[in-house]
Amino acid sequence: MKLRVLLLHCVMAVAMMRPALSQSTNMTLPTPVEAGKAFSISIPGSGKATLYIIGLGQVLKRDVSLGQSAFFPAGSLYNAGRYLAVLAGESSTQSGEFDVSPANKPAELAFLARPSRLPVGQHAGITGAVYVFDAYHNLITAPTPITFELSSPTGTVQKRGVETHDGSAWTSMDSTGQQGMDRFVVRAGDISSNRVISQVPSDPCGLKMTARQSGRQLLLVTDPVRDCNGNAVSDGTIVTFTESFDGGQSTVDVPLKHGVAQVQLASHNGATISVASGIVMGNQIHWKD
Amino acid sequence: MNSGRLLAVLLAAATIALVLIGTVWPAPSAAAYAGAKSMLATSSTAEAAVGILGDEIRAQAWDKAYSSLANRAQFTEPEFVHDLTGYYPSLLTYSTLGNFEVRPLHSSANDADVQLTLHWSTVVGSSPSTRTLHVIKSGEKWQVEWPIVTPQTLAPQVIPVNYLRWDVIYRGPGDDWGAQDVEAPHVRIVDMHPVERADGVVVLGELLNEDIVPAYVSVSATLLSKNQSPIATEGSFDRISHLLLPKQVTPFLIKFPNVSLSEVGSIRMTPLSALIAASADPVIAIDNEQLHPAPGASLTGQLNNQGGQIVNVAHVLGTFYDKAGNVVWVADQYVNQALLPQTPVPFEIHIPEDLARSISSQRTVIATYSSEGSQ
Repeated sequence: MKLRVLLLHCVMAVAMMRPALSQSTNMTLPTPVEAGKAFSISIPGSGKATLYIIGLGQVLKRDVSLGQSAFFPAGSLYNAGRYLAVLAGESSTQSGEFDVSPANKPAELAFLARPSRLPVGQHAGITGAVYVFDAYHNLITAPTPITFELSSPTGTVQKRGVETHDGSAWTSMDSTGQQGMDRFVVRAGDISSNRVISQVPSDPCGLKMTARQSGRQLLLVTDPVRDCNGNAVSDGTIVTFTESFDGGQSTVDVPLKHGVAQVQLASHNGATISVASGIVMGNQIHWKD
Repeated sequence: MNSGRLLAVLLAAATIALVLIGTVWPAPSAAAYAGAKSMLATSSTAEAAVGILGDEIRAQAWDKAYSSLANRAQFTEPEFVHDLTGYYPSLLTYSTLGNFEVRPLHSSANDADVQLTLHWSTVVGSSPSTRTLHVIKSGEKWQVEWPIVTPQTLAPQVIPVNYLRWDVIYRGPGDDWGAQDVEAPHVRIVDMHPVERADGVVVLGELLNEDIVPAYVSVSATLLSKNQSPIATEGSFDRISHLLLPKQVTPFLIKFPNVSLSEVGSIRMTPLSALIAASADPVIAIDNEQLHPAPGASLTGQLNNQGGQIVNVAHVLGTFYDKAGNVVWVADQYVNQALLPQTPVPFEIHIPEDLARSISSQRTVIATYSSEGSQ
């Protein structure tokens, strides 16, 4: 193995040390080869030589007869990039460069959708970026038509068509007013990739509680808590009840359960009771026994 | 050369002599720490009797402390120990008595009232606990009547708790590049306010979890000079409630010692949030909160555990506002006893005297830890 590496280095060094010879090569190198496709290199002259194809992460070595074409079957070169061809003969060395380009047919999409969870009703709140790859994981840099599609459970669909630039494309979408799991799909040709975007309720809207005596306690219960689009605010959301009385105060942070929050506090005649959730204030009650 | 040897011999002799003196005639405090005998050898006065009891508690000489009590027939030694260190695991369970103060309140020929303040050394700092002891004269010596606090017992019952619990499954190491992970909780600093204090700059503020999932949060701040070069970076450490349920707000306080506000051009705030498994239980009510003005400005109240689970450690954070609603101070206190279900536990948060006059309202939040399942 070490010998092969050493040999390769020597060959590359020789090729670089003899640029004049390299430029005057008579090898007919292929115009850009598509990754994975078969190709051939015609070599004039007579006799025997060794042909090296050297690229990033891939090296081919082939014993060739001068005057014939060296044929490389499909799948021989699959990494896109620039390759160095070195023909090492008995008396001279020739070299040249050629490119392997990505296949034109998309085979894989790397789809980044952000965020995976956001409140409803956010303008341009969802972004999607896609990178298009061929079957050999080469980034396809040629412009490729892409379709982004965001569909909500209610059937609302937002669709955008864009073309990739240097292998990537992106778009932004609005979150709808309805909570639920949206399907965010990107398509290129006949392949697609999809992500799930969770649209969650926004801040509570019109937060309202009622109070009633329960023995010596005061039972405080909110109405079902909803956001401004009518979505039920998620259970577990903290609702803060505050009772102020005669210079004193009682506070409880209560999580929503089945859409409502409720708590019992000591009853104080003349107390002012308020309710809030996050930065949203609800109604106030002035309690009289 | 000779004088050097002479000095060495003299130093060695002096060391040996001091060790011998210290062993034969130890300082009272050292002897008390070693458990040999009390600092105050005899309980010839009421204060001395309380002092001896304090020494014995500090040395965890529970036998001696219990035996010295005048009313020991009213309770057992384990009850006495639990009364001091808690019946349930709490901050005091893993603490030792650092020091104590004895203050006479009243005395007569045969009895006296003495205040004993015990300063427990806990993992979160000193935690004072004050008891007023009645001391009676029995013959020539004084004996303490320990004011045992019998724990409130709850009737056997089932308390149904069905609040939400959140669990998290993160993306795995084998997932493809670009595969979607679970979004970190969205948090927002809703208020931030630097304050100049005698020992430096303090950054106060409030952080909101505006998401629908629980968040583990912390905040750090970087003070920048007028030419935008960093002066210092500090974090909120435990002056914050690290677990925020959806739409919950926590205050935070970040200290920058030895920095003057006049040096500061701007402040860069960095809130951090991460997904965390959590439970919405237990709910802690904060009852009868009272703001007490200076002198001795404080916020007092009672914590009431409305769930069925014992809360071992409770951290009370108070946010204090001026009339305009600006945060003027954040203070906290760890409660040194466990919160039993439906059992009120008092707390007291001290407020700097100079700020007390500008405070017109407050908001309190509780961070809790339960050994049966952390929150």
